[in-house]
Amino acid sequence: MNAKVVVSLKDGILDPEGQAVASALGRMGFDEVKDVRIGKVIEIELEDGIADAEVRVKQMCEQILSNPVIEKFHIQTEQS
Amino acid sequence: MTVDRPNIGVAIFPGSNCDADSLHGLELAGANAIPVWHDHPETGSLDGMMIPGGFSYGDYLRTGAIAQFSTVMDLIRQMADDGRPVLGVCNGFQILLETGLLPGGMLRNRDMKFICRTVQIRLESTGNSFSNQNASGDTMRIPIAHGEGNYYADPKTLAEMNSNGQVAFRYCDNGIVGASTNPNGSSESIAGVTNAAGNVLGMMPHPERALEPQLGSTDGLGIMRSMVESCISSRAAINV
Repeated sequence: MNAKVVVSLKDGILDPEGQAVASALGRMGFDEVKDVRIGKVIEIELEDGIADAEVRVKQMCEQILSNPVIEKFHIQTEQS
Repeated sequence: MTVDRPNIGVAIFPGSNCDADSLHGLELAGANAIPVWHDHPETGSLDGMMIPGGFSYGDYLRTGAIAQFSTVMDLIRQMADDGRPVLGVCNGFQILLETGLLPGGMLRNRDMKFICRTVQIRLESTGNSFSNQNASGDTMRIPIAHGEGNYYADPKTLAEMNSNGQVAFRYCDNGIVGASTNPNGSSESIAGVTNAAGNVLGMMPHPERALEPQLGSTDGLGIMRSMVESCISSRAAINV
């Protein structure tokens, strides 16, 4: 089983990296770009047959993969 | 080792790089400074702990994120709970934020640059273990060196910290705090914060780099000496 976790800054928190990329895209002529937010993707390979896999991955997100003070997370799981 | 000097540990992680300066600085300030490796915290009795700057675990995931689960952090949590002084500088501050011993979080610098220069900070509170050598409003010239020192706390947390006197330092220019004196975009120009009890301090500026005239400033001495004195007094209080 595989889990894909997307961690990104909470809405409203300054993302200087995203702003720099948005500005570069504008300079390149991509005038339609209104905003860019940058996060990270964490791919986790899990043992098969774990009943509470989603609960376990959520615990991982809450305990280390994200910092709830500044970040939010989203989990996708799929059978491998 | 002399008996009247407090024993202050310096917690060393893979990637710490200010540990030697911190050990030297604590000795200058009047402590027995003891290196404490992150997974061997059997050190005897420590009166205080310093978490030095650097890039623990390569800053992987987030600054301080992996270090927070090191064995030595159990000892540091216990020391913080007991009321012993704990000082985190730069990456040490980031680690204390990740552990939740201090409120808030750390973001990349507003302008995406690594900033390495001497700044001025203003002492905002004397209700902690690191300010007994100084007066509120004192300004200090102390170097910063960080890419992620943009301190963030939400408005509710900031209000609580202000009412509890937990904002230890703000970036300033000749004592004046303003948008132009904020090097990294930190909420309210905050350069250092304490826990509610005042015995845990995290700060981005490096006091251990401002202890000798040859380095351009001795303004860090007050902070380090305050910690040493507080280690002596908290030891006496704990051992009563």
